[in-house]
Amino acid sequence: MQKQAIFQSKLLPYALVAPQLAIVLIFFYWPALQAVIQSFLLQDAFGLSTSFVWFDNYLELIKERAYFEAILRTFFFSFAIAVSSLSFALLLAVMADKPLRGSMLYRTLLIWPYAVAPPVVGVLWIFMLHPSLGVLSRYVRALGIDWNPLLDGDQAAALIILAAAWKQISYNFLFFLAGLQSIPRSVLEAAAIDGARPMRRFWTVTFPLLSPTIFFLLVVNIVYAFFDTFGIIDTMTRGGPGKSTETLVYKVYSDGLLGGNLGSSAAQSVILMIMVIVLTGIQFRYVERKVTY
Amino acid sequence: MVEEEGFRRYVAHIILWIGIAIVAFPVYIAIVASTQDNALIANGQMSLLPGGHFFETYYQTIFVGTSGSTREPVGNMMLNSLVTALLIAVGKIAISIISAYAIVYFRFPFRMPIFWLIFITLMLPVEVRIYPTYKIVADLHMLDSYAGLSLPLIASATATLLFRQFFMTVPDELLEASRIDGAGPLRFFWDTLLPLSRTNMAALFVILFILGWNQYLWPLLITTRDDMQTIQIGIRKMITTTDALTEWPIVMATAVLAMLPPVFVVVAMQKLFVRGLVETEK
Repeated sequence: MQKQAIFQSKLLPYALVAPQLAIVLIFFYWPALQAVIQSFLLQDAFGLSTSFVWFDNYLELIKERAYFEAILRTFFFSFAIAVSSLSFALLLAVMADKPLRGSMLYRTLLIWPYAVAPPVVGVLWIFMLHPSLGVLSRYVRALGIDWNPLLDGDQAAALIILAAAWKQISYNFLFFLAGLQSIPRSVLEAAAIDGARPMRRFWTVTFPLLSPTIFFLLVVNIVYAFFDTFGIIDTMTRGGPGKSTETLVYKVYSDGLLGGNLGSSAAQSVILMIMVIVLTGIQFRYVERKVTY
Repeated sequence: MVEEEGFRRYVAHIILWIGIAIVAFPVYIAIVASTQDNALIANGQMSLLPGGHFFETYYQTIFVGTSGSTREPVGNMMLNSLVTALLIAVGKIAISIISAYAIVYFRFPFRMPIFWLIFITLMLPVEVRIYPTYKIVADLHMLDSYAGLSLPLIASATATLLFRQFFMTVPDELLEASRIDGAGPLRFFWDTLLPLSRTNMAALFVILFILGWNQYLWPLLITTRDDMQTIQIGIRKMITTTDALTEWPIVMATAVLAMLPPVFVVVAMQKLFVRGLVETEK
């Protein structure tokens, strides 16, 4: 945990941690504490008086059907985004891991979408699949689908999942490629000498050795789907039509800003914080496992 | 080496090119749309080949802005994004590296509690505490300012953890040596540790710059003045107005301009980018 060789100084270390500590206290702990306090308060419609209401905001939330649906929707989105993006990225990474001519070029051409901001992703995809002017919409209609994601909730959800998974391909690809490259060649050669065909080698040797990477990426992708999809949703559908693309984070935003219901929004924030803490905890357990692995 | 038949290699090339096409297609469409006439696009008759309005559209986008929803020139938005991204990246690195230095190289009361206070912030992304943070920034009169845009995003545990981890691997002999040379703690930090951390700092800078440039929810909340908008917020406002009025070529030109700096950073500094990405996720 600490060096053997250290400096002796009374004030200097405090001066060195002071800037970060100040920012952390002002912009992290104070607002987090405020969120917890606010979640126990109820404000009247004009913001003139507040009263302490214990867990009423939480109980209201649990009873609220829209909140329950937002939870289910967020988990469904996370699952769909993670599975589709991970499987496609794994396929690409396995291909790029082969000794091919131009493999560096392939890598470059596949990783740059990491840098595209979520709101821009939203704009790009809604433009391509816009019901009246999208260049791809006519092909979707040709398949016999009555395509209008601005009116049809399921189609809007599909569009969000597609766009969010698209953005995440490059990230997953990069980590899969790193994972694949860390698998010792000798293990694969041994399997080849034993007569295992490439497909069999993949499923019995490569895939199990890749499982820590897969698990890590699963958690990262879920966190991504929880938080980073906000920009995609906001530029594409604004949570609509109806509430069919409203995730938990989007609901915190719209309930607090548009609805002005700060108590409920704060309670939702606290629940989200607990979810993040659980997810981060899982991630750290995994890191421990990797060390002993 | 495990032998690869020619046929399998052929398949791999094809699959990779399909992947690249899928990844690049939306961006290609955006570039093409930004060079075409708005009337054609609005009729759903957009061509898949570049049109002739490139200079006209980009000139208007950068120096004038749309004629309807946001009258702010996108050039100014890019400047705001640039300043914000640089402040976040440089600020984060600066405050994290000195606090990591204190935690690794000094022994002082409350060292561990302070470390934990910083560490726990890993679990509080800005999204889960937006309104209380907004209120604090408003109380500090930092709405519509670069300080308000960057400060709440500057404090993060990842950079501190990264530097802490790196400092732990620096051999103790270096410290002994500079002590013999009569160097104090600040001298050692400046002359020995900082030069050694150069690659780590650069890798971190690449990642933080991209994250800073791509910020969305936070700037959306705290900027009310048009001239303080970042480019990500500008795009959203451009497509707010009813569909028929959206000036798509300008929207798409803005999207292209919003992608350009971070994508350039990824491609040009690929090694540092990969390193930064892998290390910040540990």
